Amino acid sequence: MNIHEYQAKELLDKFGVTNTPGGVASTPEEAEKVARSLGTNNLVVKAQVHAGGRGKGTFTNGFKGGVHLCKTANQARDIAAQMLGHTLVTHQTGPEGRVVRKVLISQSVEIARELYFAILIDRAISAPVIVASTEGGVDIESVAARSPEKIVRMPVNPLYGLLPFQTRKLAKLLGMASGEMRLACKLFANLYKLFIRSDCSMVEVNPLVVTKGGDVLALDAKFNFDDNALFRHPEISAYRDIEEEDPREVEASKSNLSYIGLDGNIACLVNGAGLAMATMDIIKHHGGEPANFLDVGGGATEQQVTEAFKILISDKRVKAILVNIFGGIMKCDIIAQGIINAVKAVHLPVPLVVRLEGTNVEVGRRLLNGSNLPLVAATDIADAAQKVVAAVQPA
Amino acid sequence: MAILVDKNTRLLVQGITGKAGGFHARSCMEYGTNLVAGVTPARGGETFDGKIPVFDTVFEARQQTGCNATMIFVPAEFAADSIMEAVDAGIESIICITEGIPVLDMMKVRAGMAGSPSRLIGPNCPGIITPGQCKIGIMPGYIHKPGKVGVVSRSGTLTYEAVWQLSSRGHGQSTCVGIGGDPINGTSHLDVVRMFNEDPDTEAMIMIGEIGGTAEEEAAAWLADNCKKPVAAFIAGATAPPGRRMGHAGAIVSGGKGTAAGKIEALQAAGIEVAQTPADMADALLRRVARG
Repeated sequence: MNIHEYQAKELLDKFGVTNTPGGVASTPEEAEKVARSLGTNNLVVKAQVHAGGRGKGTFTNGFKGGVHLCKTANQARDIAAQMLGHTLVTHQTGPEGRVVRKVLISQSVEIARELYFAILIDRAISAPVIVASTEGGVDIESVAARSPEKIVRMPVNPLYGLLPFQTRKLAKLLGMASGEMRLACKLFANLYKLFIRSDCSMVEVNPLVVTKGGDVLALDAKFNFDDNALFRHPEISAYRDIEEEDPREVEASKSNLSYIGLDGNIACLVNGAGLAMATMDIIKHHGGEPANFLDVGGGATEQQVTEAFKILISDKRVKAILVNIFGGIMKCDIIAQGIINAVKAVHLPVPLVVRLEGTNVEVGRRLLNGSNLPLVAATDIADAAQKVVAAVQPA
Repeated sequence: MAILVDKNTRLLVQGITGKAGGFHARSCMEYGTNLVAGVTPARGGETFDGKIPVFDTVFEARQQTGCNATMIFVPAEFAADSIMEAVDAGIESIICITEGIPVLDMMKVRAGMAGSPSRLIGPNCPGIITPGQCKIGIMPGYIHKPGKVGVVSRSGTLTYEAVWQLSSRGHGQSTCVGIGGDPINGTSHLDVVRMFNEDPDTEAMIMIGEIGGTAEEEAAAWLADNCKKPVAAFIAGATAPPGRRMGHAGAIVSGGKGTAAGKIEALQAAGIEVAQTPADMADALLRRVARG
């Protein structure tokens, strides 16, 4: 789950992680008010979208750039007016861009040094790890490629958490002067606390800045949250912005389906994430383009299967559907009944290839045959892929 | 001989009175697994299907029945606690089926299990089966045949695909281990291939992996140096977009790491035959065996 920059700021503020003063605005008037309240003539106005590359992006109304420096509250208001309600296109939004509904007005700071500081889960050692570097403000992957020696990796023992001596060691490794250490250590400790208490999977502060005035603060923070833990974080779930998500995925999540939208025209309905990925792979191998990843899971109900089918059918890009089910927990008769119900509820507009195997397969196949649905039966996974790819070729 | 479970295994099911727990406990029993006990707190004293005693706690179940393996069907919110309960009771093999356990919970479980003789398989896994002897999990028993191929996989249904291909070609399985789709789990590909390497009943292996993490690469490096038995592999997710969690919590390409291409390269460098498509898994192994 992604969150907006202004929400990230809220989280940082909540945990006492020093960042730049600022406030969010939904109208130009609010933007002016926030700017005035900051009491500075060093302002930056930033469009709030779940995508990077805002600075170099362009609005469809012609306004250039999703990040603007300015000097007065009036200027902030005028910039906000050019952004709010308009569509920003960046190299990460796709050509259709995103509508900007909020802007963040912040105090811009005089940067002395830019550092990089991130906390992630290292799967190989089953522990959190701090990844930090004196090379901030740039893409960390290029630092890793060019100068790996400039990257510090410090594992944290999950039983003790980040110990104070570790924060001091990090401060030194990042070139902090003795006088800067206290502020840096406090930031590291509080960020770690945020990471653990919010069940994050990643926190990335890039850049972490030391200002000319000697402050240490997080200029930008990106968060990823453990989806498995959201049930115990209603405060994080509340940050969800449905407008920023693929509408097909929003619909799927209402039925608790695991769905990811892609760009192709062959829809898939599969049980099991590994098999679903492999189904996408084999469709591609045979020259087709998958339209989605969809795992109906082991415990899916007939209702969920019907809903899944409806979502696939409602995607206008879809020119054929492949159902690939190997029943373990998932029973083939449940799938078959779900397909029958879905097709009855919504007229089937495209070719349907069905491959069933596993628990209750004979019952499932009997149900499908008896339904007189216009479907193509496939024997194994290669046969299924070939048939569905053939179904989208022009006649 | 197979690995980890056989006809002597005595199975406990934690969460036996739940819908999924009960269904699969029954299914394992029908396969021939020696189911000896169930645990659901506050339901102690009941009997499952008229024959299996239900206890309130794992330590009681252990005392009364000598169970040495457990299949956990407890909701995600409480599952880490159930794993630790089984560890505390000394249960040797802990198979956790539950999906959705928070990563930080599993991190603590791993730290808490350090030095314990118990082995955790999963979570978010389909379980483990030694065909003809013992099924602990949700896999359909009928597709499996006793034989000589060891299978280790992060996936459930994709594993059944491989098993089905093997069985259809007349090649049975020694043991199939589903290690699950979570980023932090109890048993890795490497742990299992080591066991297969030592097992006299296993003559060849299939390793099924997917995007995310470095488990397959680590196993490949060890196999190159230590294993003479033929190995084939398949990696799912070559077409997955980066940065997206593909169903499994652990199936995510992060910061350019954990790609299918990287894993395939590491496997091929180790002399492992990599199947081009999921339809080719058993055939990939047969090609490798034919190469000698």
